[in-house]
Amino acid sequence: MCDACGCGDPEIVSVDVHDKILAGNDRTAAHNREHFRESGVVAVNLMGSPGAGKTAVLEATARRLAGRQRLGALAGDLATERDAERLRAVGITSKSITTGSACHLDAEMVHRALHHVPWREFDYLFIENVGNLVCPAIYDLGQDANVVALAVTEGEDKPLKYPVMFRKADLVLITKVDLLPHLPGVQIESIVDALGRVMPQPRYIAVSATTDDGMDCWLEWLADMRSARHTSSSVANGEDRPAIARTEQLTIEREHQAAVFIEPRDRRSPRNAKTL
Amino acid sequence: MHEYSIVQALVERVGAEARARRATAVHRLAIRIGELSGVEPELLRTAYETFRERTICEGAALDVQVVAARWECPGCGRAVGRGDLLSCPTCAVPACLAQGDEIMLDRIEMEVP
Repeated sequence: MCDACGCGDPEIVSVDVHDKILAGNDRTAAHNREHFRESGVVAVNLMGSPGAGKTAVLEATARRLAGRQRLGALAGDLATERDAERLRAVGITSKSITTGSACHLDAEMVHRALHHVPWREFDYLFIENVGNLVCPAIYDLGQDANVVALAVTEGEDKPLKYPVMFRKADLVLITKVDLLPHLPGVQIESIVDALGRVMPQPRYIAVSATTDDGMDCWLEWLADMRSARHTSSSVANGEDRPAIARTEQLTIEREHQAAVFIEPRDRRSPRNAKTL
Repeated sequence: MHEYSIVQALVERVGAEARARRATAVHRLAIRIGELSGVEPELLRTAYETFRERTICEGAALDVQVVAARWECPGCGRAVGRGDLLSCPTCAVPACLAQGDEIMLDRIEMEVP
């Protein structure tokens, strides 16, 4: 009540909040993340354009890890069960999240979907986000890492056009590299240069789900995530990403091997410049 | 368009703050949106105009402060220019985003009894 003159009129107050608008989503994401850590599940949020090859990479992953690792997936799409069906066909325990008109998954959708799969039994949970290079980047799901699939057919400048998505990526899978001979205008180096302008610590693996090129490196990255999970299971900080230090080590080792997993071309450090 | 879900979260948050203070009306909201947040301010305003009807925010103006992205070296503080490689040419360390990823609710003006 106005206490300046005692008139009894309501008072207008300014309340400082200074909080994230998506704080509610972040709390649910932290809850998911805690569950994953307690159960030793590595959760990967796989994002990318429609048709970037997200499902194909997971199919190829399943073929390589069959019988050795327990894989689960939540497949987000506006409609149909097609991706979940494809993943089940290769042995990945999968649940579809059909979002209707929503262009992204959020932490609550993931939490609800987890009730329909035996996620505690998984070594890896792949959350295949809705095909979209914008919206999914905004929502924390509780994942251990964000992986963005970028097909060589999408063009070299996609990272520059969609900086928000690539800034959030812990790893970029440059997919469909078996098509490069048919794309004379597309150079991996140009894609990598673009990544270096939107990702402060750019990491990528060039892969083909058709020929299995680069798949060894991708599986090694996944194994590193799992090792880091087991050595840091007591860490409970939601911002912490324990696998990253190991990844940098892998990057350095790879510079002396096949150039499928390297830092991007850097004008100051020509030694980092590699070609496939 | 995820701006609708951002607005939904915003209105829910404002509603919770208003209830906690037994506010009878909300007059104004002040939010900050970063250039690299992934939220488009104009789409957010449109979504707000649509979504606020019949909510506690129905009569509340929305002030949006857009925050430009700024990358800088975590070591020497040197700014990394727009479109440049995101590492410091002097210290050779990855740049960090000093500002520009905000999706923040800063302030609510509300009427309390």
